[in-house]
Amino acid sequence: MSDAAAPTPSEAAHRAQPAPAGGAHLPEISPAERDELRRQGILLTSLEELYNWGRSNSVWPLQFGLACCAIEMIAASMARFDISRFGSEVFRPSPRQADLLIVSGTVTKKMAPQVVRLWNQMPEPKYCIAMGACAISGGPFKQGYNVLKGIDRFIPVDIYIPGCPPRPEALLHGLIELQKKIRGQTLSGPATPRHLRADTACTYPVPEFGEHDLLPPNNPEVWQPPGLARTE
Amino acid sequence: MTSAMESPEQIRGRLLTRFPDAAVAVVANPGPAAQHSLLLDPTRAVEIAAFLRDDPALRLDFCSNVTGLDWPEREVIETIKKTVPLSPVTGAAAAGATAPGPSAEPATKIVEEKIKRLQPGCLEVVYHLYSMALKHGPVILRLRTGNRADQVSLPSLTPIWRSCEFQEREVFDLFGVVFRGHPDLRRILMWDEFRDHPMRKDYVEPDDYEWEPTPHEAVLAKARAHYPTPAPGAPAAPAP
Amino acid sequence: MTSVPPISRDSAPASWTPGGASAPDLPPAGPHLRQVHDSFHGDLLEVSMGPHHPSTHGVFRMVVTLDGETIVKLKPVFGYLHRNHEKLGENTTYLASMPYTDRLDYLNSMTNNWAYALAVEKLAGLTVPERAEYLRIILAELSRLLNHTCLAGFLLHDCGTSGTPLMYAFRERERILDLFESLSGSRMMCNFQRFGGCRTDASPEWLDAARRLVDGYGRFLDEFEALITGNEIVMARLQGSGILRPALAISAGVTGPMLRASGVDYDLRRVDGYGLYPRFDFRIPLGAHGDTYDRYMIRVLEMRESLKILRPALRDIPAGPVLDPKTKLRGFRPKPGEAYGRLEGPKGEIGFYLVSDGTPNPYRYRVRPPSFINLTILEDLCLGHTVADAVIILGSVDIVLGEVDR
Repeated sequence: MSDAAAPTPSEAAHRAQPAPAGGAHLPEISPAERDELRRQGILLTSLEELYNWGRSNSVWPLQFGLACCAIEMIAASMARFDISRFGSEVFRPSPRQADLLIVSGTVTKKMAPQVVRLWNQMPEPKYCIAMGACAISGGPFKQGYNVLKGIDRFIPVDIYIPGCPPRPEALLHGLIELQKKIRGQTLSGPATPRHLRADTACTYPVPEFGEHDLLPPNNPEVWQPPGLARTE
Repeated sequence: MTSAMESPEQIRGRLLTRFPDAAVAVVANPGPAAQHSLLLDPTRAVEIAAFLRDDPALRLDFCSNVTGLDWPEREVIETIKKTVPLSPVTGAAAAGATAPGPSAEPATKIVEEKIKRLQPGCLEVVYHLYSMALKHGPVILRLRTGNRADQVSLPSLTPIWRSCEFQEREVFDLFGVVFRGHPDLRRILMWDEFRDHPMRKDYVEPDDYEWEPTPHEAVLAKARAHYPTPAPGAPAAPAP
Repeated sequence: MTSVPPISRDSAPASWTPGGASAPDLPPAGPHLRQVHDSFHGDLLEVSMGPHHPSTHGVFRMVVTLDGETIVKLKPVFGYLHRNHEKLGENTTYLASMPYTDRLDYLNSMTNNWAYALAVEKLAGLTVPERAEYLRIILAELSRLLNHTCLAGFLLHDCGTSGTPLMYAFRERERILDLFESLSGSRMMCNFQRFGGCRTDASPEWLDAARRLVDGYGRFLDEFEALITGNEIVMARLQGSGILRPALAISAGVTGPMLRASGVDYDLRRVDGYGLYPRFDFRIPLGAHGDTYDRYMIRVLEMRESLKILRPALRDIPAGPVLDPKTKLRGFRPKPGEAYGRLEGPKGEIGFYLVSDGTPNPYRYRVRPPSFINLTILEDLCLGHTVADAVIILGSVDIVLGEVDR
């Protein structure tokens, strides 16, 4: 943390300048200057960076494995690949204590309401990783009457990890990308997370079992079919 | 190694001796596997199954597999040979025809006639039985329903082999065969409010399958319905 | 042999109503009467364990009715991973279904592939070269080692050890997966067997690596067992719970280590003698009590017997092709007919029933899933036990939801 006593030259220069428009952002300090300061024992940071640093380095996933990708997820948490180096020390069994929902495996229509309910029970800030081809779009089982063609039809997904199943290293790469995404979020402005925005809902409607399909078959606020006109 | 066991014909013979009024037929299995099966009539199926389980020579105590099959009704074109008499040549009305000779006796010729027959459909349940006591098998039983619409009831063999319990529930769920005498007949794989029987050949899936990057055949047809091809020259518009 | 009558869903006590209200009706207390009644007689509680539960092996739900802590009724509910594998099998060709068989019992894909290849070879009357048979046996026994090791780890995790035996188990699993990956290209979804042999040949270096692994596995098993088998907590929790009588096991179609733990000598490697198993000398361990501890011990003993198969197989594997070059894989159209082929997978008897009508796609493609059928008697095993024991009994049944739900 910064020395409380004397302001550093950079800070003094910053205070002399007018505050930049657009909210609390750090002054323009180059990474080289920042490194130099850090070597002197001074850490220049903002509340936002600190908040994001804490959040991104302790993402606790929910112990939620659906199918084959779950075995690779378990392998990623075991000694060889070791997800706890990245902060995901424990997989919480209860959604109330988890930050990250790794949807690993095929989401069937029978299971979809439970997934959405679990998502609703997780407190904000929460993130979702769709691991594996089945969670992204239905995967090899896309021609399925009971297969939901991707969990992003009902809940918002932050990171998609392709593979069938993705290697544990791919899951770790996805987790690193999620950490980068979290670090890029801001406390105000357009890149704020959901729980700091007044306009987004944090609970999502749970689908019901219909006679032939789920009702509704997807959540229109979260997902629209890709709008492409075929030219042929 | 599987020890020598009676052939289906021999088993059929013994079953007919024991149950004279049961209709048991051997369904030959073409192909190299040569696993022939016994077609049972549903009215005596439970008793026959109990006999197969308890008979000292067979001791078929292990029902390994219960499968449902859907045979929709189909048009069968059969070719039959018929002998038709040739009509004798009557009246040489043609110009220039000479007077007919002595009238020939009506000749016959063989014609092939194709008749179309509607073979009724049915649902079939196939049981694979093995013996853990005598280490032989399989003996394959088949039960067929009356049709695919309203006569879809078959006797349940769960009282004989407990392993049929979940598998018959699955056949009920996916094919719609109602098993009389099953202790707990309800859907097992699909949710309870589901209406259709998905493994039937005429099941239509719900249309929730959108754009495919490299579609082909049926998938392309479905994708075309979602994304109409724009008229040539018109600007591309996003689909709703 | 008498069959045990199944428990019907109407066997709950008559006093229990689904809404939970079971206090007797009393006349309304008037203003001058003060009635005190004691309705503390213990209601039954229906708890849905799953489909999301840390101790279920996948998305499996048990609706248990509890009297205090004791289970009086248990109904398994599945279908949460029903991916209509059988319908896909009807819409794809025979060869294209092979990758889908990987995803049935997704822990050990090699035996699923072999079971399917066996069924198709029966259907079409194909023969398999000798080297391919040896290679198949090696891969199947490696799968069995993998599966039983993971089962021991998961079972102990269910007991509450919070992951330590699982870490040991997965360490060995990673070694076997390295072998699978170098041979077939994928850690888990190997897609390796073909109709009439295997997809590629194993190099001499691969065989050497496999020999080194097999030689070192006995020591790992000793280390693992020293931690677990004689552990008094494990013995106290696992012994005596979930006793499965042999008559019920046979009637319920239970196969695999669960059946042999109840004392029934039925192992398809001996009974059917498929592949070249009759050449190998191995014993079939049988249990005496049929409880959870026996089911665990049978799997440990089977691992040691698998090592006895692997060593001579790796030593004697002959040279030759692994797939007849004239085998027609694309455009494969078997003659009309049907066949049921089965083999002893690590979880039980996995079988495929195929009906062919002469077209490139099967008319009916049916998977006989061992885990699904082994669950038939889950209720019988868990009645009278506590919830914690039910979790362990389920762990010892060794289910994989990809296979249960297909």
